[in-house]
Amino acid sequence: MPLLIGAVPAQAGEKEATLAGINRATWGLAEWPIGAPSADRALPPAAQARIDEMRISREGMPQLVMEMDAQNRAANQTPDPTQRQAAKKDWQQAMNALEREAQTRSLLRDLYSPDQMREQMTWFWFNQFNVHGKKRDIRAMVGDYEDVIRARSLGRFRDLLEATLRHPAMLRYLDNDQNAAGHINENYAREIMELHTMGVGSDYSQKDVQELARILTGVGVRLRPDAPRMKPEWQRLYLRNGLFEFNPARHDFGTKHFMGHTIHGSGYAEVEQALDLIADNPATARRLSTRIATYFMGDRPPASVIERMTAAWRQSGGDITTVLNAMTATPAYAASLGHAFKDPVHYVVSAVRYAYGPGRDGHVVTNLDPMINWLKRMGEGLYDHQTPDGYPLGASAWTGPGQMEVRFEIAKAIGNGSAGLLRPRDPAMAYQPSAPDLRNALWSGGMDRATTDQTRAVLNQAASPQEWNMLFLASPDFMRR
Amino acid sequence: MTLFDRRDLIRSAALGLPLMMAGGRAFAAPGAANNRLLVVFLRGAYDAANIIVPGGSDFYHEARPTIGLPRPDPANPDAPLALDADWALHPALRESILPLWQARQIAFVPFAGTDDMSRSHFETQDSIELGQNIGGQRNFQSGFMGRLAAVLGADKPISFTDQLPLCFRGGPVVPNIALGNAGSRPSIDARQTELIKAMYRGQHEAGVDLEAAIGQGFAVRDTVFQSIRGEMEAAGRGAITAKGFELSARRIGRLMRDQYNLAFVDVGGWDTHVNQGGAQGNLANRIGELGRALAGFVEAIGPEDWRNTTVVVMSEFGRTFRENGDKGTDHGHGSIYWVLGGSVAGGRMAGPQIKLTPDTLNQGRDLPVLTDYRGLIGGLLARQYGLSARQLGIVFPGAAISDLQLL
Repeated sequence: MPLLIGAVPAQAGEKEATLAGINRATWGLAEWPIGAPSADRALPPAAQARIDEMRISREGMPQLVMEMDAQNRAANQTPDPTQRQAAKKDWQQAMNALEREAQTRSLLRDLYSPDQMREQMTWFWFNQFNVHGKKRDIRAMVGDYEDVIRARSLGRFRDLLEATLRHPAMLRYLDNDQNAAGHINENYAREIMELHTMGVGSDYSQKDVQELARILTGVGVRLRPDAPRMKPEWQRLYLRNGLFEFNPARHDFGTKHFMGHTIHGSGYAEVEQALDLIADNPATARRLSTRIATYFMGDRPPASVIERMTAAWRQSGGDITTVLNAMTATPAYAASLGHAFKDPVHYVVSAVRYAYGPGRDGHVVTNLDPMINWLKRMGEGLYDHQTPDGYPLGASAWTGPGQMEVRFEIAKAIGNGSAGLLRPRDPAMAYQPSAPDLRNALWSGGMDRATTDQTRAVLNQAASPQEWNMLFLASPDFMRR
Repeated sequence: MTLFDRRDLIRSAALGLPLMMAGGRAFAAPGAANNRLLVVFLRGAYDAANIIVPGGSDFYHEARPTIGLPRPDPANPDAPLALDADWALHPALRESILPLWQARQIAFVPFAGTDDMSRSHFETQDSIELGQNIGGQRNFQSGFMGRLAAVLGADKPISFTDQLPLCFRGGPVVPNIALGNAGSRPSIDARQTELIKAMYRGQHEAGVDLEAAIGQGFAVRDTVFQSIRGEMEAAGRGAITAKGFELSARRIGRLMRDQYNLAFVDVGGWDTHVNQGGAQGNLANRIGELGRALAGFVEAIGPEDWRNTTVVVMSEFGRTFRENGDKGTDHGHGSIYWVLGGSVAGGRMAGPQIKLTPDTLNQGRDLPVLTDYRGLIGGLLARQYGLSARQLGIVFPGAAISDLQLL
């Protein structure tokens, strides 16, 4: 099903309304006119080349993780203390570099991918199924984890849910790789129901958490290429895919009573049964519809929109594109355009897209580090949320005085060109920082009419083009989408 | 430059006042004058039972065969430090917190927490920060510290967090700042500040007055920059350097001495499902840092102002009393709260207690709650600020106040 980018309110001026609609459907308007999003249009060659040369692009994730594990073990076994310390440091730096590659790739796609709805939904689902990069060896897995989510971000929710369950990043993060018969660890079981799907206060109990933890025993991670030794009758139940494994020797085969159903011990099929029950539960449809609507439309989306989306979810069996189309087709969605407050990721990406997005004089951002650091400074760093709840979706988390002040500092750094976003990667190459030309780009795109008189009066007092840029990116108009 | 000169300089800079302004507290509300309250929230449900240890309980040692601390023993550096016949303190707190206990400036309240039984971190943190009745309709725009700030009138609240926490919503606009990465020189000059303020005149977002928020943001930016610049100069002369929460806590101490009197800070990373360790290890490292941070805060605020300062350390719930299969603990219920301050009636375990046996555990799993956190903090506020029953009813609507005589 094709994705719609949103209805246009009839009463508003057509051009402004369309601009607002595109601004919502993308990480921030950058080029005008823009075609309907399509996956077959490619990234700019400079951005694609940057991604192609990354280690996370050249090596498969399982291989990468095993190599890094071997490097870590070799470092730990280095007899000389000084050499050992140096080897440990090398390993840490290599792990950080892998995470930095994934962050860079993610932001390049946000800035330049024509498939903007997919990139927004990738961020949304990553946040829904949050993992923290810094735990154990997740830095080497997190780029692949994001790719796995991205491929399913507009498809069926049930597929997405199971893909996250089978990913070593999730199994490491919520400790299920340590959950075994007789050694129950409830952490992941609880968060699947509480955070990933149905939501706290819905139709499950502490007993259901404990039973799901038993169902999940044996679902884990194995770095070694060979299978573990086990009794012959268990071998046909053993599953392996990349680093994911289901190990029957660690599984509790007893009968479970989960959410009103009896689940007989059968191995990994129990997990499939449990996921079906959780994904089909009406609480899942309602809660995730509400979260999607909040992400796009801002705090407290109208109940009528939630109803439409929940019904679309139930009728389509959790098809995410169908649910998004149900949202964008409502009059309330059109009315909300321009009224959703940007979170830090939306703020930073949209500001840089205005300055150096597609169609901006061929400039492609070469240095993503300032963006990565800004997001961290604003408390919404990529792969940086420690707890499994993900970052808050509501505006009220991001309007604090400290938050706003940091935005203004960023507006100034982008506006006067001092942020270094275009610094060549080769330090030997000459480089003259220069400010982007936001004013002409925006005015020719018709954004002047979408700016309030109060903002325009201040913009007219700008003493230089750089100051104009800063004031525009600091304006309340630019804080909303 | 004397201490008082520097305070006036900082305050004057923040308020935009001339430097000739006389010394003395800027705090206007009668109840709040000279009184300071800091709430420290340990997010992730810290394993209280391995920090303030029921070391006298045989059941504790049975329930925690690998992570349990040994019995108190002055000869064993890994043993907890006896507080009384039943309780002992984690050895990582020997240098930082034990002296406060001996000075009777810290009390622990065991079996404390909420009646929220969800065992969800996020749900229970929300419950606590909102401070409203469980089971009723929740108002997410009203937290207990926001209501306290409103009740206290013209006091000086601040949140040392990168986002504004739920607990500070619904009162006056509360500035927030994450001290860990603060301190670089602001780039927006005075003229540009005024231009930005003009764009936000009359602007609101999600019930927040953006114009006021932005004004506060600029003011706090300047205050904190001045304060941290002073710290850098002091560090250059060989003063103590710290990192992580320890650094933030010292900064909080200085800012609360000079400028703010109602504050909140949170510290994450207490969710120990796997390999939490005992006398050494993950949890021991975290608790050691927390202890040093609090000791640093006491030092930074100074003996004069410590007399009128109270710190409450809390967490959303406790953990399973028995260790799990991975040498960690899962989500439980009752916790242990800390109350410290220069005038705290400490050196004791406060509030109702029971003997820990398999039969007395809540649902056979975790510590029961015998002291509701709203009653506990409400009773503390009544003593510290002289709040009336009506005022307490605003801060914690519908809660029964328990006076543990902590001040």
